[in-house]
Amino acid sequence: MSLPKRIIKETERLVADPAPGISAVPHEDNLRYFDVTIDGPDGSPFEKGKFKLELFLTEEYPMAPPKVRFLTKIYHPNIDKLGRICLDILKDKWSPALQIRTVLLSVQALLSAPNPDDPLATDVAKHYKENEKDAQRVSQEWTQKYAK
Amino acid sequence: MSDMSDDNDYYSDEDMFDGTQDEDESGDEMELDNFGDDFKVPAKDKKKSYEVDYDSLSQQAVEKLMARDINHICSILGVEVDTASLLLRDQKWNKEKLIEKYMDNPTKVSVDAGATLPETGPPPPAPLRNSTSSSSQSSNRRTTRGSKMLGLGPKTKSPTSSPTISHHVPQSLKRASSKKAEDFFVCQICFNDAPNLQTLALDCDHAFCTECWGDYIVSKIKEESEHSIRCMAEGCALVAPDHFIRDTLLPAPGAPVGDVERESQNIAAWTRFQELIVRHFVGCNRNLKFCPYPSCTNTVSCPSAASKASLASTVPIVSCGARGIGPQDQEISKSQQLGFGLQGKEHRFCFGCPIESDHRPVICAVSKMWLKKCADDSETANWIKSNTKECPICQSTIEKNGGCNHMTCKKCKNEFCWVCMGPWSEHGTAWYSCNRFDEKAGVDARDAQSKSRASLERYLHYYNRWANHEQSAKLSVDLYAKTEKKMEDMQITSALTWIEVQFMKKAVEEVEKCRTTLKWTYSMAYYLAKGNEKELFEDNQRDLEKAVEDLSELLESPIEPDTIPTLRQSVTNKTVYVQKRNEIVLEDTANGFLEGRWKWNVAVDGFDDPEETVL
Repeated sequence: MSLPKRIIKETERLVADPAPGISAVPHEDNLRYFDVTIDGPDGSPFEKGKFKLELFLTEEYPMAPPKVRFLTKIYHPNIDKLGRICLDILKDKWSPALQIRTVLLSVQALLSAPNPDDPLATDVAKHYKENEKDAQRVSQEWTQKYAK
Repeated sequence: MSDMSDDNDYYSDEDMFDGTQDEDESGDEMELDNFGDDFKVPAKDKKKSYEVDYDSLSQQAVEKLMARDINHICSILGVEVDTASLLLRDQKWNKEKLIEKYMDNPTKVSVDAGATLPETGPPPPAPLRNSTSSSSQSSNRRTTRGSKMLGLGPKTKSPTSSPTISHHVPQSLKRASSKKAEDFFVCQICFNDAPNLQTLALDCDHAFCTECWGDYIVSKIKEESEHSIRCMAEGCALVAPDHFIRDTLLPAPGAPVGDVERESQNIAAWTRFQELIVRHFVGCNRNLKFCPYPSCTNTVSCPSAASKASLASTVPIVSCGARGIGPQDQEISKSQQLGFGLQGKEHRFCFGCPIESDHRPVICAVSKMWLKKCADDSETANWIKSNTKECPICQSTIEKNGGCNHMTCKKCKNEFCWVCMGPWSEHGTAWYSCNRFDEKAGVDARDAQSKSRASLERYLHYYNRWANHEQSAKLSVDLYAKTEKKMEDMQITSALTWIEVQFMKKAVEEVEKCRTTLKWTYSMAYYLAKGNEKELFEDNQRDLEKAVEDLSELLESPIEPDTIPTLRQSVTNKTVYVQKRNEIVLEDTANGFLEGRWKWNVAVDGFDDPEETVL
């Protein structure tokens, strides 16, 4: 099946005009599959980290959201140990007007602002709620250890 | 009920076979178109105490109810039909709540429902294209009537070159106001920038191409079963009104035939969309319940069973009026049809609980409790507890089925005493009796064990009979087939006509019905507190059971040509008798609920807790 115009255009723009701290490169053999790198935002416990993600555009895209997953281990209340992300726009708040770029920017924003009230990794969320300082210290440690 | 016929006697179903219909079926022609004779609900002149008043409604009839509510809101709030529909859907079809809230703050209610744009919000970002001049008006309007379909002319040509792009273009569309710059349009979903691209937008003026709108709406309806479909633009909360969805999905009359597959998919989505709204309406209304049978779209209205309190005294068994599975019975093969009974089973279900069959005479709370008890493994555990012990060394479960108390575990070869569970070696020469057990403790332990056993036996008594009747009812499928064969034989061997041999079929149906009643009487009896009332109940139960078994036997008996007239006589008599007994059980139980006569041996919702003495 040929690639829809939407995906071609988006890919062109991502390459030509990448968002700061984000790169997304499609696989040569599968243009719906992207290798993504997101830099940990400054001022967050993930600062200086380089996080690898995978992003896949399903057959239904853009009517259905892309599938996004962290490949780098990360200590974050909304990201579980399999790398799955709890983010509303990737689920029920998805709009076809959103794009790969906006999705990745939202993921980056999630790193700056963890939301322990809507957790995916419950143990991490508990840690964040009970002792935020200590939890951030662990997040920092993990970033230094895994996200190089 | 509107389409009631006067059939209070035993041959009430006959007109189904000779094709006569009731006179007053003018009620809803749509229903009859779909279901023909099958759309008859067994009707009675006078309501029996074990029956509830209910109405069966087709999807069209429910749509009429919805339209009535919508028109009511239109006239009171002075809004248009589609807006009223969105407002009602958002307020879960609660008219009073909607009117109250709307009077309080119309803007908020309307914006929350996605019917209008927030008035003070920032102007909607028009993607790559200025909005038409009507946008400033439309954003202030309280309706979503003005969804627009814009056909953009080719870039190089004058913008007024194609004034009649499609039937969607409303008269008010101000093509003349568009400027040159607007003609360059790229759909932000598919990035299609072809000239002549047809676009659609809600009042928010977020325009996207028609094809994307179609795909989006279809995917929302098909994948998410969503009836509230919001604008595709990110963060825009405007909901597409019904006419917008219809215009997008249904091809314009006289429009050139496009992609056939796509069009049929769109039409299916539109049908589904209407069904989703009906389901939402039914789901929000306590007086209504959707028929749970597969692919049936009927609804039953039963206001008398809408409150939880009423379920403590009535068993609201209703029937949507349709029979069989699927809208067309013809598609079902003959053998399958036999499986559902000769005509396909009536869609009979309980209005008050999720049980998809008749559970009279027992009220919902008790039948639910009973089913849970039967489904639970707790009873198996109960049996194990009363019949087995564990080897003190390897914990294997052992059932002692005879012999002396000197046990040798098959698995670990441990020898122990069944009475005290201690090692056998310590028993010395007291071979056949164990006197080491503390006397008091021994009595207690035996008491506990026999008590548990007694309760188990009691449960099994009721359960076996319950299961037996269920099994027999299932076997009635075979009985149906056998009966049909017999009916054919009878026509050959005697002078009886086909209609005259229907007594056999009627008898089988009656047996099956009574077995269902009997089945549930056992779950009722299990929970009934001891006393005179229970004894009377069990007397009625016994009479019905005996009558049913007699009739059952008669139906199974071989047919001899010379005995057919007598057989017919006695089957007919017995059928009438069985029917009477069944009525007595149902009637008496139902009256008992109304009079508050029944007492339970467990706590049941809506009843006083059982007294200590009956436990």
